Amino acid sequence: MSFEMPVEKWTAAANTVTIGATAAEGGTRTSVVTVGGDTSLPFLHFEGAMPNRPVIAMEVLDVAPAEWATPMEEAVGDVSGDAAAWARKCVEEFGADMISVRLVGAHPDEQDRSAEECAQTVKSVLEAVGVPLIIWGCGQAEKDNEVMPRCSEVTAGENCLLGTAKEDNYKTITAACMADGHKLLAEAPLDINIQKQVNILVSEMGLELSRIVMYQATGGLGYGMEYAYSIMERTRLAALSGDRMLSMPMLALVGSECWKAKEARTGEDTAPEWGPVSERGVAWEATTATCFLHAGTHILVMWHPRAVSIVRKTIDSLMSQEA
Amino acid sequence: MYAIGERINGMFKSVAAAIKEKNPEPIQDLAREQLKAGAQALDVNVGPAAEDALAAMEWLVKTIREVTEAPLVIDTTKPEVMRRGLEAAGSGSVINSSKGQQEQLDIFVPMAVEHEASLIALTIDENGIPRDANGRGEIALRAVAAAMEKGLPMDRLMIDAVILPVNVTQPTPGHVLEAIRNVKLLSDPPPKTVLGLSNVSQGTRQRELINRTYLVMALAVGLDAAIVDVLDTELMDEMITAELLMNRAVYADDFLKAYRASAAP
Repeated sequence: MSFEMPVEKWTAAANTVTIGATAAEGGTRTSVVTVGGDTSLPFLHFEGAMPNRPVIAMEVLDVAPAEWATPMEEAVGDVSGDAAAWARKCVEEFGADMISVRLVGAHPDEQDRSAEECAQTVKSVLEAVGVPLIIWGCGQAEKDNEVMPRCSEVTAGENCLLGTAKEDNYKTITAACMADGHKLLAEAPLDINIQKQVNILVSEMGLELSRIVMYQATGGLGYGMEYAYSIMERTRLAALSGDRMLSMPMLALVGSECWKAKEARTGEDTAPEWGPVSERGVAWEATTATCFLHAGTHILVMWHPRAVSIVRKTIDSLMSQEA
Repeated sequence: MYAIGERINGMFKSVAAAIKEKNPEPIQDLAREQLKAGAQALDVNVGPAAEDALAAMEWLVKTIREVTEAPLVIDTTKPEVMRRGLEAAGSGSVINSSKGQQEQLDIFVPMAVEHEASLIALTIDENGIPRDANGRGEIALRAVAAAMEKGLPMDRLMIDAVILPVNVTQPTPGHVLEAIRNVKLLSDPPPKTVLGLSNVSQGTRQRELINRTYLVMALAVGLDAAIVDVLDTELMDEMITAELLMNRAVYADDFLKAYRASAAP
């Protein structure tokens, strides 16, 4: 008896979103990124199309983290105090498709950097690399409402991805996105119902659904990864069934989540039975990223160059029809 | 639920007048309004008064096609009018409808295959409307067999178990619900089910209340599609809420808005 592959019939597709603008499009990027457009669950090439491959953004911070894990220190410690140099290294040496700039230093409990200082950081990164940018605030609503409009202004026309709009704080950033021609990252705290609500709220302000990317919060391996996975998978199923309010591409913050885990950071002297620390964090990040690829993530935000290289090979292999 | 807008029907005076005067605007307005209100397809019926039903159907369909590519549900009992409507509307249309006697199925099932259309099959035959659910099931099975034989896929066969006014025959709403449930057991994959909803309330004083209550009951037993007044906001709200409670849509606080924004053409 021959085996017949069971094939699901879907009625709709995930949205296609392009980030970045070249000179011809009014920006200064030398490359742009297009994600989404999938007409089936990820990598089921026998069932539907996956016209755009998932992409890897590498994350840079505006201020160096106080405590790097040793492998991160070794990989980017030399540039981690300089966002522009860090970004350049990510693109030129590590082949990042995008750069994700996170303005952690703006947080009042950190360095309370001003909107102008943050905007200068963003501008320096923009000038240092040709790939598209993702720009995040510090996560504190009031401060982000000062910082993000300024960062939006200085990158006007560059078609960046700006984050994040949340259920209780979405108006300022949505307005900035609309005014300066950016894409919007809509965030929900591991909750598909709130994700849908945020998408409704921002679209009611007049932002087209085709300009939204979803960030549903990410849990690293061992720290809630399965929650995030099931929410993303359910979101994708809703998109394929025609729910236009959940049809946007999805992003996962893999690097920062994974390198928080004690399993990624703890030295061999403390936990010799866990094996060499030089491998653990990289494996933790690559494993988490690979899982999210299968959940339907379109944009992975990652930290360690070796994890990036492993995941890029995984994407190559999953995207080839013979895989 | 696949919502079919019922308003482009010559039984309505304004529609009859527009057909008579060949005035496209009221028809095109009705098409746009119904789609905006959540209709996924539009029923098209020239009504009993049209003098030349063939020409009227062709004009109606072409008039609607000027403003939308939405699927059209060609509503006539006459095969030649049906054919003219399907030709003007293009593939993806719906035949509304064939009765369940073999001679009718022999005409309309091949017509659906030929025109890449779906087919609504009524559970009525030469003996009239069955008295109970079993009688409806028997006729539905005949339609299923005809579809299988002629190569019409089950997802393009829609069984209409024929609802009658509740003030004429009160057991019928219950029989129809049972029939909708049973139709789903006739084949795998099963045919779709559809209702011409407003008939349940003909001649009653609480038409909207009866319509929307019955719609929710029918959705709960698996109804797939209904020909309804999509301009009745409360009816559509109830339908959207029932779909949510059946886990056919993901909840959001503004789930009504989400449905309407998703449906907007």
